[in-house]
Amino acid sequence: MSVDDLRGRFEGLFERDVTLVLAVLGTIYLAYVLAGVAFGYGLRGQLNSIANLTFYVGAFGMLALALNLHWGYTGLFNIGIVGFMGIGVYVTALVSKPPVAQGGAAQVGGLGLPLGVGMLAGVVVAGGFGLLVALPALRLRADYLAIVTVAFSEIIRFTMMSRTFQSYTVPDTIDLTVAGVQLFSLDPTADTIGLGGGGGLILNYADPLEALLRTLFLWEPYLGFVAFVQRTLIPNNPKPVIDGLLYGIVLLIGVGLFYLLLSRTGKSPFGRVLKAIREDEDVANALGKDTDRFKLTAFVLGSALMGLGGILWYSSRGSITPPSFRPNITFFVWIALIIGGAGSNTGSFLGGAIFAGLLYEGPRYVKNLVEAAFNLGDAPRNFGEAVAAFGSLDPVPFLVYTLDSVSQLRLVIMGVVLIWLMHNRPEGLLGHRKETASSVDLTRPSGGDAGNAAAADGGENR
Amino acid sequence: MSESDDTAVDGSTPTEEPVENDGVEGDRTDEAEPTEGPIEGDSASAAGDGSTTAAGDDTDGAEPGGAETPDGTVHAPEDSGVSVDATPLEVEGLRRTFGGIVAVDDVSFDVERGTMTGLIGPNGAGKSTTFNLITGMLDPDAGTVRFNGEDITGLEPHEIANQGLARTFQIARELEEMTVLENMMLAPKGQIGESLWRSVMPITRREVREQETEQLERVWEVLDFFEIDHLAEEYAGNLSGGQRKLLEMARALLTDPDMLLLDEPFAGVNPSLEKRLLEHIHELRERGYTFLIVEHDMDLIMNNCERVIVMHQGRVLKDGTPAEIKESEEVIEAYLGGEV
Repeated sequence: MSVDDLRGRFEGLFERDVTLVLAVLGTIYLAYVLAGVAFGYGLRGQLNSIANLTFYVGAFGMLALALNLHWGYTGLFNIGIVGFMGIGVYVTALVSKPPVAQGGAAQVGGLGLPLGVGMLAGVVVAGGFGLLVALPALRLRADYLAIVTVAFSEIIRFTMMSRTFQSYTVPDTIDLTVAGVQLFSLDPTADTIGLGGGGGLILNYADPLEALLRTLFLWEPYLGFVAFVQRTLIPNNPKPVIDGLLYGIVLLIGVGLFYLLLSRTGKSPFGRVLKAIREDEDVANALGKDTDRFKLTAFVLGSALMGLGGILWYSSRGSITPPSFRPNITFFVWIALIIGGAGSNTGSFLGGAIFAGLLYEGPRYVKNLVEAAFNLGDAPRNFGEAVAAFGSLDPVPFLVYTLDSVSQLRLVIMGVVLIWLMHNRPEGLLGHRKETASSVDLTRPSGGDAGNAAAADGGENR
Repeated sequence: MSESDDTAVDGSTPTEEPVENDGVEGDRTDEAEPTEGPIEGDSASAAGDGSTTAAGDDTDGAEPGGAETPDGTVHAPEDSGVSVDATPLEVEGLRRTFGGIVAVDDVSFDVERGTMTGLIGPNGAGKSTTFNLITGMLDPDAGTVRFNGEDITGLEPHEIANQGLARTFQIARELEEMTVLENMMLAPKGQIGESLWRSVMPITRREVREQETEQLERVWEVLDFFEIDHLAEEYAGNLSGGQRKLLEMARALLTDPDMLLLDEPFAGVNPSLEKRLLEHIHELRERGYTFLIVEHDMDLIMNNCERVIVMHQGRVLKDGTPAEIKESEEVIEAYLGGEV
């Protein structure tokens, strides 16, 4: 069946995005709740499980949206996503960690600025590195950009691990004196600063949620609400659960803002040029568009958003370490985008949600579910034992072993899904859709029935 | 025909073309145009397509490079002044090599305002390369290109396009995954919404929408003019070859050019569509657009252009009215590969 057939068939099926998004999210959440019921989770367990799911739906949704700007709209093959995420969160940590080293002598401090400043700095620096990467690479063919970006993200990771940047002792005062004239004297608050090397950084700045709520003057009401929940529903320390849920919701709001920004970007003359660059850069150029400028702008914006995605993802963690920023995260985001359909913003978010729900978190749930349903006993310790049982025609040890290794097998499952998609639906869930790149409706203006004569203006006005 | 004297003497072109051409602008050696007188004469002979033609022939002779004309009858060193009005496009001494191959070698010609000029030649004659050199897709090794009196040599394609020199491609290059309307809306110059922030910010976005609404009317007019309005919602990738050619020309027109370079606009177009396309071109030309057309179909060029430039092996072999070209033995030789 041809692409056109599919187009015809699916057109109109899901007319309204909201319906579609809610339907997909509803299905995923329902599946998780049912799984929770099967596990015999109490309310607390259910909420935890949902908070966890929401977190990943939000995180992958945001990152897939940012990648869609690069790949879906502009055709920029960026496989260094995790590098930009890492830059974002590391810069935030450097700026916002408290100045006095805490958590032992090995830990380094930061500049101690408010978290908002740190996040802003992280986003800006991620965008700046986007510019740095793109400047030389965008003038080359697409595949070179891919090589440059993946190398870049690895350089970033190795820099994080590097002992050279691990820790600096900051002098008590910094005087900048030129030719005997003292320009300024800085009294830095930080004692030590650095990337923390292989041990990573403890993110001992203000809890992001608390910082946000305090900014909005909602912190007290929030505490009140937590106390209320404690009295009524969860008597035993409900705050972490509610925190998790609320953080997930914050991420979903983030997704909404990303979506708003990017769909506005897409539905505009700017987005139209990006699409044209994706289709055929020479044509866009021949039509008078400075394609280099457009590519740079799009790349920087996307990188900055990836930086923000990284900040929101890792800020809620207690610490960050370089191994978290391996390229597999990049490929997760790519899979999410491919599932959803490159080129469609709604599709990107759906892809992120489906990826998070089914492929990223799902296998673990399946494993738990099976284990809860059948009491299978302990898994064999290694592959040999698992296979050996076949000798006695007993497949159970092998199955148990497989289930037990599900977190490793997750990657295999993702690969299989990817191959299947490439064969059967390369355009993804929504990639076939016309999301017209214009700020206005392009149907014929009502009064403007022109006829041939009118076209004359075009020529003659000059 | 009268002014036989000037001949394009140039290395490549062999022998005896002299006699029958008047406006020959020899390849690089431009000969001189003797007088103003002949002008009228030509126009008559050139016939057909309208008053502008005559001008076409003569002036170019004068233009290109006052410099090294053998005859010395040159008009003047008129790179500047005069040309601005009469000849939007002047190409002088263009040269480009790829490795050891000289694709374009010392090509000079110019195109008169409001005319349709054909550029023909056998495969590999360097026509498309010349196009690419003019429009900035390739940088020349030597030579200059002037458009409306300004030196545009080595500018980026988009800069050249913004000066009013639009082009189409040999193989119609549509933006396939974009609708016809999106293709068309892309083209107009000076869209404020092409700035990211203006597109995103609520206040300025309203201005963007206003501009797009205005632009949209114009787009629909042009779609009507080319009679492809029924395809407006279609993906460009689903159009037939001929429809793509129409779309491509319509799109180029929306950049508000002074001059259009069409690279084989009729290739792969069925006869009825070809006729329509030609009508459009003629109509546009009457409105003041200037055309330079690369084409393989000799008849088509001969019947529709006021002036024809023949390229062969990277050089300009002959430059004159269709009548002159038809009689030129070198041209026939180049095409048929031997004595005739």
